[in-house]
Amino acid sequence: MTTRVRWILIVAIAIVAIGATVAVGVFAWLQYQAAQNRPSGVATTSPDRWAHGDRIVFRNTAIGEGYGLVASVPLDDPSGGRAVTSIACDRVAAVADEFSCLRSERGITPTYTATLYDNSGVEQAQWPLPGIPSRTRFSPDGTLVATTAFVTGHSYATVGFSTDTAIHSAQDGADVSGNLEDWTLYVDGEKSAPLDRNYWGITFVDDETFYATVGMTTSGTTYLVEGNISDRTMRTVAESVECPSLSPDGTRLAFKSVTDGSGATVHWTPAVMEIATGEVTVLEVESRSVDDQIAWLDDKTLMYGLSNETVGDSDVWTLAADGGSAPEVLIPHAWSPTVVRG
Amino acid sequence: MYISFSNKPRPEPESADATVNKPRRGVRGVSSTVVTFGIVSLLTDISSESVTAVLPLYITGVLGLSTVAYGFIDGIYQGVSAITRIAAGYTSDRIDQPKWVAFVGYAVAAVARVGLLFASGFAAVTAVITADRIGKGIRTAPRDSVITASSRPDNLGTSFGVHRTLDNIGAAIGPLLAFFILLLIPNGYGTIFVASLGFAVVGVALLGLFVPNVRPWRDRNTVSADAAHEAPAALPGPSAHPGTRMKTRRPAFDWKVVTAGPMRRVLAAAGILGLLTIGDGFVYLVLQSRSDFAAQWFPLLYVGTNVAFLALAIPLGRLADRVGRARVFVFGHAGLLAAYVVAALPIADIAATLLCLAFLGAFYASTDGVLAALAAQLTTPETHGTGIAAAQTVVAVTRFLSAAGFGLLWYGVGRETSMWIVAGLLAVAIPVIALLLRPYLSAHGQERES
Repeated sequence: MTTRVRWILIVAIAIVAIGATVAVGVFAWLQYQAAQNRPSGVATTSPDRWAHGDRIVFRNTAIGEGYGLVASVPLDDPSGGRAVTSIACDRVAAVADEFSCLRSERGITPTYTATLYDNSGVEQAQWPLPGIPSRTRFSPDGTLVATTAFVTGHSYATVGFSTDTAIHSAQDGADVSGNLEDWTLYVDGEKSAPLDRNYWGITFVDDETFYATVGMTTSGTTYLVEGNISDRTMRTVAESVECPSLSPDGTRLAFKSVTDGSGATVHWTPAVMEIATGEVTVLEVESRSVDDQIAWLDDKTLMYGLSNETVGDSDVWTLAADGGSAPEVLIPHAWSPTVVRG
Repeated sequence: MYISFSNKPRPEPESADATVNKPRRGVRGVSSTVVTFGIVSLLTDISSESVTAVLPLYITGVLGLSTVAYGFIDGIYQGVSAITRIAAGYTSDRIDQPKWVAFVGYAVAAVARVGLLFASGFAAVTAVITADRIGKGIRTAPRDSVITASSRPDNLGTSFGVHRTLDNIGAAIGPLLAFFILLLIPNGYGTIFVASLGFAVVGVALLGLFVPNVRPWRDRNTVSADAAHEAPAALPGPSAHPGTRMKTRRPAFDWKVVTAGPMRRVLAAAGILGLLTIGDGFVYLVLQSRSDFAAQWFPLLYVGTNVAFLALAIPLGRLADRVGRARVFVFGHAGLLAAYVVAALPIADIAATLLCLAFLGAFYASTDGVLAALAAQLTTPETHGTGIAAAQTVVAVTRFLSAAGFGLLWYGVGRETSMWIVAGLLAVAIPVIALLLRPYLSAHGQERES
């Protein structure tokens, strides 16, 4: 093969490669634009940006206009038309007058932020997250907000699973907790050495006490811990309880329980624990794996997101907290739900 | 004409053009094959790093898989390549075809990219990533073997420096390209995968078409024969009659070159130092726990390390050629030590983070290509691939063990304390290893003969 032929070949291959990339890119861009401008697949109400009164706030995942934006539906008509705001979030939690929004910011470099907005969409505070948004929750009176991010960005070596969980003031975004790994942890009453531990999935009891999950990176054990903010202490309560969520009446914790597999093939089933007795009911009526921080619709009903067949879309399902009935779709094309009263 | 001798000393490669040109040391003396292969690596790194950078977002955001699944995939990503590496290095030595063994590695990774276009679930993504890493395992040692065979022994460190610089430019461009595509097309993962495939295919084509098929064993023996032909008086016996097509039996593969003598010491040294190389991830985590700057830029810290690496690879490669590769390799770990110390010191400003990344980059620049050059220098042309692969595998395996062990230490005594412990061990190990390698510290330029 002469040098000339080689050059012709390589130039031809490069042109085909660049051409194909550009063609696919232009097509994807046009499709994206079309999808953005296409009327939403679900009924939306306008011009109100929020459903009135008691409502469920969530991330709208209906493909089309309004995809990824924070939306709400009346609590008594969850399948009705949704009011869509103009704020895009990956994870959202809300109280009556503001909401917490975790998202990855588009840009030439990936950055992740937590932002507090009031209901008119005015930014109240913002702080960076060290990785992909995972969970966010308010304390019941809306004083504190918790966030969990999944830490990424290692190239040469793997640390494995690493999370970053923090508590901030919901008023001005001030850091309340500092690094949770610096808190004193008591495992079964014994003060534990400063470990490589990960915390995730905070659920608040009040502005002083919360529950969360601590994962021991090396042993892989997960514990439910009860945290005390002013003492900066945490005490283990039970083993193998992940992503707790306190019921509105404060008597039970819903969580995801590992029922099969491990690592990448892990299967999580929703479960409920009576705090007073420690008795756990695994809700095996839900056969799919639920990887979400479960929320409570009311004292008798759990809700959680599950992805559906469309890439990037998901539905919010409900399940009786006693496992007495099969799961049902509550809000189609939705994710990250919170019940807001008032 | 093809006449081979197995035990002829190899003439210095520069002797051929020495009469025409004074051999040039330094970057300008680097062979065009090295630069071409550097561009192949650059394209391939753009291809693989653009996907790696968006993989966590894609898996968690688009496929809707849990973050635990991502951790698992990441583990595969890092682990698989070490296994295939030695086998590929050995194969390329045995069949004396490093270019085409490397080609297979690049091609496997490119074909895996096609799979990514259609992968829609966890299993599919895992399979594609595994294939990609196997490809990387296959190609690394034969590639370094080609670089060695195309370079003058006294210039080898610089050659590897040039290659690693180009390689890391690709590693820096890849993520930026991917995020730029996502900036234009927020759900443009498909476009990123097509671009990645495109870069991989151009890289493979460039390798196939433009990198000469160097054959270290045959070339060396042919050169010997040619040299002999020019001076027929030196030819012993009838077997060397010009025009006689003689097949000299290849010597049995000499594992001793790799497992005994200087190589054994170098492998031991690399292994001990590897056990004290805990991985950037932990260093970044320590930085992130204290510094807001590091926390905010956490996802990009490794890009900072890459940039320092690419900026320093050539100067440190040249230094290795001048003062000895073993010396630069061993004392390059002082960069790692400095990074540990800066990370563990209770300072939390931007300068500390940047300094730490610069030290890490300097560490990689003085160890990655330099170790390959050192392994090449201490092995025979017939065993370069295996020797380089052995050194790289020892490093990969010990670093993996080190990361796991450091996890336990971190678990037991906490972040900063465990960092100080490993820094202390490293501070002791560096002079001890220097002592162990003392006979070879300043050795440079010569190549071992079989």
